[in-house]
Amino acid sequence: MKLWLPFAASAGALLAVASFVGAGWDAPPVASEQLGFRGTGMFQHKDIETEAALKAANVVPPAPWQADPSGDKASDLYQNVQVLGHLSGDQFNQLMAAMTEWVSPEAGCNYCHNPENLASDEVYQKVVARRMIQMTQTINVDWKSHVAETGVTCYTCHRGKGVPAQVWSSSLEPKPAGNMTSNRNGQNVVAVNAGNSSLPQNALMDYLLGDKPIRVHANTALPTGVNTVGTMETEGTWSLMMHMSESLGVNCTACHNTRAFNDWDQSPPQRVTAWHGIKLARHLNVTYMEGLTPVFPANRKGPEGDVLKIGCATCHNGVQKPLYGVSMLKDYVDAVAVKGSTDVPDFSTYVPGKTEVLGGAATSVTQP
Amino acid sequence: MALLSFERKYRVRGGTLIGGDLFDFWVGPFYVGFFGVTTAFFAALGTALILYGAAIGPTWNIWQISIAPPDLSYGLALAPLKEGGLWQIITVCALGAFVSWALREVEICRKLGIGYHVPFAFSFAIFAYATLVVFRPLLLGAWGNGFPYGIFSHLDWVSNVGYQYLHFHYNPAHMIAVSFFFTTTLALSLHGGLILSAANPGAAIDEPGKQAEVKTPEYEDTFFRDIIGYSIGTLGIHRLGLVLALNAGFWSAVCIIISGPFWNKGWPQWWSWWLELPIWR
Repeated sequence: MKLWLPFAASAGALLAVASFVGAGWDAPPVASEQLGFRGTGMFQHKDIETEAALKAANVVPPAPWQADPSGDKASDLYQNVQVLGHLSGDQFNQLMAAMTEWVSPEAGCNYCHNPENLASDEVYQKVVARRMIQMTQTINVDWKSHVAETGVTCYTCHRGKGVPAQVWSSSLEPKPAGNMTSNRNGQNVVAVNAGNSSLPQNALMDYLLGDKPIRVHANTALPTGVNTVGTMETEGTWSLMMHMSESLGVNCTACHNTRAFNDWDQSPPQRVTAWHGIKLARHLNVTYMEGLTPVFPANRKGPEGDVLKIGCATCHNGVQKPLYGVSMLKDYVDAVAVKGSTDVPDFSTYVPGKTEVLGGAATSVTQP
Repeated sequence: MALLSFERKYRVRGGTLIGGDLFDFWVGPFYVGFFGVTTAFFAALGTALILYGAAIGPTWNIWQISIAPPDLSYGLALAPLKEGGLWQIITVCALGAFVSWALREVEICRKLGIGYHVPFAFSFAIFAYATLVVFRPLLLGAWGNGFPYGIFSHLDWVSNVGYQYLHFHYNPAHMIAVSFFFTTTLALSLHGGLILSAANPGAAIDEPGKQAEVKTPEYEDTFFRDIIGYSIGTLGIHRLGLVLALNAGFWSAVCIIISGPFWNKGWPQWWSWWLELPIWR
């Protein structure tokens, strides 16, 4: 008896059911926003329920208390305060209390500190945290082109977790089966950082760590031989753009009129902010994250052994303006909206437990 | 009246859907009928309004003339004439003209005593258009979600609407529709090639200088039986063609109506259900 027909029909029916039940369809009504002139199709439609959940998940926590800027400086009160020494004792402790809630609400102070000697650098998280404070200050002072006056704090990324939920690293998973499947040109698997498409899976390595050219668009309708980039480069760019869209919960028309992706005059102004954002993420990965590679233990690195890196989702968490544009800076102006020491220790000679002295290597380069 | 004196009299009275004998006549080769009049009315009014829209617009460049729908802020209300109201009236005219044309086809079918296959087929095209400018805007809650009436502008709209879902080629219904469009052209080209090959057999092999005889459907069937083991037959190929073409239009309508009202993320994300099947999750 021929059984293939009922088997095939059953499999087809099961898949159809799975695609109806498992895909997470939305139902009207939807929330719509118009982004361009009427009739251009530049709209953002959003699932009302998903949007409500995002709003509830992106609420700014209140400051532990209002800090008193007067009094002795932290550098005089405590030992080994290398970046935040200019704060008053109260400001310093307020930031420490806030950081505990932002980064390690469960582990508490001991996540970074040896409770016997809070000044000690023996817990590697403290070495990282110091560098991250420098990074936050740099973003708020030098990168207003992207963060404006809203700025960022540890909470923008960490959200109560030691490692921010949305970070990325190089990935070669799943490994090819071998032989003729070995060369897949970096694509054709589920690219987690490119919206689950089959576009190049490690495009962020090229654009948010490296500075491979993102612009692939020709300026003429017909080829003239001037623009020699091909499909692969274009798909790399598309992969990066998928990451940006998914990170911000927006579609391509948030920054582009897709009739001419390249043309700034036809693009919404958000594209300028995004352009600075790409530069910012790249700067942070090159200057801060990569440099910390010797400090992180193996279980804090990606499957290929590279340090966990910053992407657009790290701050944005699926929202176009992180935390819906609510600024936390006003409570921590002296702590993270001005720069302390920008010196860097020589992490290449990092020895766990040894106090890191800033200025061991060069001053961190800022290039907004 | 028959077109030729020896033809059977095909042009018969009656069969109208509405109005009895009113407009039941021909003008030259064209059957008029009530729906011929409404077609002419809606087509003329719609075209005139497009010309008016072009006249108050910024250009007479035929490629760039565009009649845009209203802003989303008007929702499902009427908009001022110069801010999308024209588009709304033109849409009514277009649907009036298309539906009238389909009903005129129905009346002709009834006069001839043939099946309704032609108006049925045309109704799929009307359905696809209505999906774009009526059903989907209704579900999304604003007429502004319709496409603009312009040669370039509607293409720009298609581009932006596709990129609202990051990568439209991952839309499952779009995949099905595209497959049907390609299969339609494949079937039509195979069919056209086969008919022409039987009707134009070329030079006769056994009689030099003479044209070979035109071949019968048995030759056509034998060609396909020889090459793929099966011939769908002379009637069957037309059924197949109709099914393929109607499915192409139908799934096109499905692929756009699910985009927005029922799916707001990137289409690649839709395939998460596949990645999460319990077999390999």
